[in-house]
Parts: sequence; structure tokens; C-alpha cells
Amino acid sequence: MTFDAVSLVLIIPLAAAAVLAALPGYKTSSRFNILASFLTLAGAVDLVAHRPPLGSYFLVDDMNIVFIALNTFVGFTTSVFSASYIAHEIRTGRLTPGLLRFYHVFYQIMMFGMNLALVTNNIGLMWVAVELATLSTVLMVGIYRTPEAIEAAWKYFILGSVGIAFALFGTTLIYAAAQPVVGAGMNGMTWTTLLAHSSAFDPAIMNIAFIFLLMGYGTKAGLFPLHAWLPDAHAEGPTPVSAVLSGLLLNVALYAILRFKILFAANAHVIPPGPLMMVVGLATAVFASFMLYPRHDIKRMFAYSSIEHMGIITFAFGLGGAIANFAGLLQMVMHSLTKSAIFFSVGHISQAKGTQRMADIRGLTESYPLLGWGLVLGVVAIVGMPPLGVFMSEFLTISSAFARAPWLALPLVVALLAAFGAIMRHTHGMAFGAAQGEIRPSEASFIPVFIHLGIVFAAGVFIPAAVVVWFQHVAKMLG
Amino acid sequence: MGTLDFNIAHMLAGALMLASMTMLYQKRLFALINIYALQAVILALSVAWQAVLQHAAQLYITALIAFLFKALVIPYALHRIIVRLRIHREIETVIGTGPAMLAGMALTGLAMAVMLRATANVDLLAREDLAFALAVLLLGLMMMVTRRNAVSQIVGFLSLENGLILAAAGTQGMPFVVEISIAFSILVAFVVIGVFLFRIRERFDTVDLRALDAFRGERRLAEAFPATTACNEGDEMP
Repeated sequence: MTFDAVSLVLIIPLAAAAVLAALPGYKTSSRFNILASFLTLAGAVDLVAHRPPLGSYFLVDDMNIVFIALNTFVGFTTSVFSASYIAHEIRTGRLTPGLLRFYHVFYQIMMFGMNLALVTNNIGLMWVAVELATLSTVLMVGIYRTPEAIEAAWKYFILGSVGIAFALFGTTLIYAAAQPVVGAGMNGMTWTTLLAHSSAFDPAIMNIAFIFLLMGYGTKAGLFPLHAWLPDAHAEGPTPVSAVLSGLLLNVALYAILRFKILFAANAHVIPPGPLMMVVGLATAVFASFMLYPRHDIKRMFAYSSIEHMGIITFAFGLGGAIANFAGLLQMVMHSLTKSAIFFSVGHISQAKGTQRMADIRGLTESYPLLGWGLVLGVVAIVGMPPLGVFMSEFLTISSAFARAPWLALPLVVALLAAFGAIMRHTHGMAFGAAQGEIRPSEASFIPVFIHLGIVFAAGVFIPAAVVVWFQHVAKMLG
Repeated sequence: MGTLDFNIAHMLAGALMLASMTMLYQKRLFALINIYALQAVILALSVAWQAVLQHAAQLYITALIAFLFKALVIPYALHRIIVRLRIHREIETVIGTGPAMLAGMALTGLAMAVMLRATANVDLLAREDLAFALAVLLLGLMMMVTRRNAVSQIVGFLSLENGLILAAAGTQGMPFVVEISIAFSILVAFVVIGVFLFRIRERFDTVDLRALDAFRGERRLAEAFPATTACNEGDEMP
């Protein structure tokens, strides 16, 4: 029974990958990709409505349902964007139909991996699923086969495998700590069982395990100092991949960290995981915000902005407490929606202009009004201007940091201001002023961009009470 | 568990770490791969011995996978790649034997100090295995960061995975799902790496990652290619 309800979000992507492997013709397969992503989204909606009972393999609770809904939704909108994006790539000959078949298959495998990581109740299975999602994105990042793309994929792969190793070692250590208490076998890997007995685990092993888990999954979440793969992977891969990397995969890695955080917080004798996450998050945010200035490549710039946001979110969750957790959760959702919308615009812009160099992109609001304003709106949202969703979450994070750790709030404010300045400065040049270069027609799909931005705007003004209660409940779970 | 049983397990785990240490200072790729194959054999023996001690039949499968796949298939494939890429005569000198050994010993000492202290309450066998596993993991990492050649980086990664399997096998009754998945992920990882290598070969004419480093950041192609050709001049084959 449990299996049936959860299986929709898993079986659909997997079956779709198999079908896509057999489908010739990129037009059909990109439409099929949209259909499959839509069905997965429908499956997730069904999961929200009829939550299955707890099983030993699958777990659907208030916390991961947020992630699943977000994951499948952005997965669907990205597939819509992807269809118009790749049509252009085929026309210009940057991608061949063969490569596209490969691309679609791995798109669905990645969705499968992420959904599995989110619904599983088993920390071993979660590790496998995150790895699967990572490896499929590695392959997609290298798809253009230019030297830069290969280097980006290689770097991603090497750093990713360091993350793989750390996360697995941490998982093994958790099992080693659990095994004397819950007995050998599956119990020592089942998250709910672990949580129930966490207080009895050996704190010394748990301490070391958390460091490995934070480093391991933190690599995937783009946390400093193992973030170096992220800007390259975003800049050199196809833009739909950048959108799902920023919007989804980073969240999935963060989700893994949060699950473990709950586990560790339940044991009074371990070093609290919060401060460690705060330090890492803050270092990430400060570092990334200053790295935003010297950027020349538009996708690379927004990749650094993703690192910065991941830092802030990690900081908020590390700070803990009802308000900061709520803020972290809200920021995560808002960042996913906004950043993927930005990448949608950026994808069309770089295709229309034939370059990703910011210096060559000028006067967008004049030459491509819809695209240009889409980008401007996205940027206004991402830097946290009121009255948008990100402003609300950042405001909550900062005010709760000032109340509880004022000395840490200061660098956070500096980071936010620095990021604001850098992104605004770069965007101003691109969006306004006289148009430069040739103006080629662009067949962009604006629907995904404006749906995302619409939600972000709406969330800044009014969040439905049901959602607030839901998020508050999750914030309480996170401790 | 008898003393002899424990000593055998201890010896095998120690040998695994020793193989990692030996890899640190290998300058020739073939020698490196041979030692990796040896390490995989030791791993297979070690896991099989754990299967005997823990009466865990599923660990025999893990041992078999380790032996067939890691000791035979991967080294063979790497040999093929090296010959095909014509880099079998290349000699790497990144850090000298002396410093490499010292750094290796320091990492091993660190692993022991951390793990033995942390796992005071775990059973003795798992404790030793976890400590050695961390040492192998750190040594593998060190190899990955000090080597420039893509093949040696792969070998570093694979030896690091050996340490992870030792840890998983040494921990009593760790579910089988995980072990299969480890083997599976290595397979996938290997396919990925293979694909990458060939593409790197196509594009760069050398698998030296210094050529790749030249592309870092936002530099353009034209600047980076001279570096590639410069790297290449040394290893012209007849």
C-alpha cells in the first residue's frame, strides 16, 4: 500500500527514461519529457493529498513533502523551458539528436534519483539516490563536449566523488553507532528507527559522523570550501541543467543534511550540529558574495549567487528555532523558484545574443523587452528587495540572528549587501542602456519564467494561512 | 572471537593501508595500477574473512565483486586505456617519495588518533576496520589531490573506495543493499570516467590535467590551447 502511493513519483521518471531511450526524434521526446514531468508532478500532488502511512523504506512527512512538491514542480517547468531551449540548440547545431536522446534520458533519471532521495526512509538508499542524481548531472554538464564543458564535468566529478566518499563514510559511522543499540541489519539504516533511538547512540562516533556527512552532502549543496565545481558546472552545461542544479539538486543535498541534523539534535550528548552549520553557511555566504564582483560570465555569476543563497539557508537552519527554520525553508522555496526563473531567462538571452559574456549583453529591456524585464524582475527578487518572497525570508533570518547571535548577523548583512551591489551592478549594464550587437528573433517560452516569478511575488505579499501553518510545523520538526 | 581470527583481520586491514601508502610514491602508471589490483585482492580477502567471522553469507558476494571487478576488470581496462592513450611511458613527479611518505604517515596517524578515540565502545574488529578505512580514505584523497594525471586520479578514487568497502564490511551486519550499491556506483563511476577520458583524449591529446587547468574560469580557448600543445611535446610516440 505504502509502495503504491509513493511509487508514482518514482516509477514515472524511471519508465519515462526507458521510453525516452527508445524514442527517436527530439521534438517527440521533448514533448514526452514534458508529459512525463507533468505526470510526476501530478503524482506528487496526489502524494500531498493522500499521504501514505510510514513504511520501512519510504517516509512521507510534512518536511519532505515540501521538497517533493517543489522538486516535481520545478522539474516540470524546466522541462517546458528545456523544450524551447533545445530546439534552438538543434537549429544552431550545438547539440545533435543523438546527444539529445541521451540528455532526455538522464533528465528523467536525475528526477528519479532526486525523488528517491527525498521519499526514502533509509539513509543508505538516500546516499545511493543522491549519487545517482549527481552522476546523471555530471553527464549532462559535459554534454556540449567543448574543452570547458569537459573540464567542468571533470571537476564536478572529482569533487563530487570526494563528497560521495565522505557521505558514505559518515553513513557507515552512523550505522556503527546505531548497531549496538538497534541491532544489526536494516534497522540501523532506517531513519525513523534511528531517530527513535538516537539518544542512546555513542556521542563520540556521532560527532565524527556529522562532520563527514556535512562535508559530504555539503559538497553537493555547494558549501564552502568544496563548492568549486558549482560555478563551472552551471556555466558550461546546458541552461536547463543549470536551472535544475541550482533549483533542485542543491536542495536535495541540503535535505539530506537536515535529516541528519534532526537525528543529531535528538541526542543531547553530541556536539550540537547547529553552530557548525552556521559557521559553514556564513563562510559560504560571505565568500560567494564577494566572488560575485569579478564575474564576466552571466551564468557563472548566478551560480555564485546560488552558493551565496545556500550559505544563507544553511546558516538559517543552523541557527534553528521556529523563526529561523521557517525563514530557511521559505528562502529555500523562494530561491529555487527565483533562480530557476532567472536561468530560464538567461538561457534564452544567451541563445539570442550568442554569448554568455556580460560585457556583450547590453540594453536587453530595449531589444528583448519580455526577456529583459523577466531578468530584471528575477534579479530584483533574488537580491531580496521588498516586497518579494526572498526579502521576507532574509529579513526573518537576519532579525532572528540579531536577536540571538548579533556578532554573526553582522557578516551576514555584509554578505547580503555585497551580493546586492554586485548583482545589481552587473544586471544594470545588461538590462538598460542602448542595445548592442545584432538583434536576432528569439522564440522563448515565457510561461515558466512568469509563473515562477508570479509565485515569488505573491509569496512576498501574502502566504496562505495553510502554508504558514505547514511551514511552522516543519520548522518545529527541525528544532 | 579468538585472537587469531582478530589478528588475521587486523593484518589484512593493515595490508590494505600499506598498499595505499605504496601507491603514494609510484611514478609509473603501470606500477600504480598493479598495486591497485593487489589492494583489491587484499580487500577481497579481507571482506571474505569478515564473512567467515560474522557468518554473513552476503559478504562473500561483496568479496567476489571486489575480486572480479576491482582486481581484474578495472586494472585490465586501465591498462588498455593507458596503452591507447599512449601515456604508458609517462613519469609523474609531483611530490618526492620522502615527503609523500611523511604526509602519508601523518594522515594515518590522524586517522588512528581520531577513530580509535571515537570508537572506544564499538567492538574491537569494527573499530580497527574503521580506523584503517579512514586512513585508506585519507591516503586516497591525498593521491587525488597530488596527482596531475587523470588516470592516477582515478586510481586514487578507486583506492579510496576500497577503504569505504572495508569500513562497510567491518561493521557488523550492515545491510546488503548498501554494498551492492557501492559496487554499482563504482561501475557507474567507472563508465563515467572512461567516457571522460576518451573525450579528454580527443580534445587534448594528453590526459594531463594541467592541460585542463588551463581552461579554468573564464579564459577563452585560444589562450589555453598553446599550453596543451606545450604539455604534449614531451611524449611524442614513434
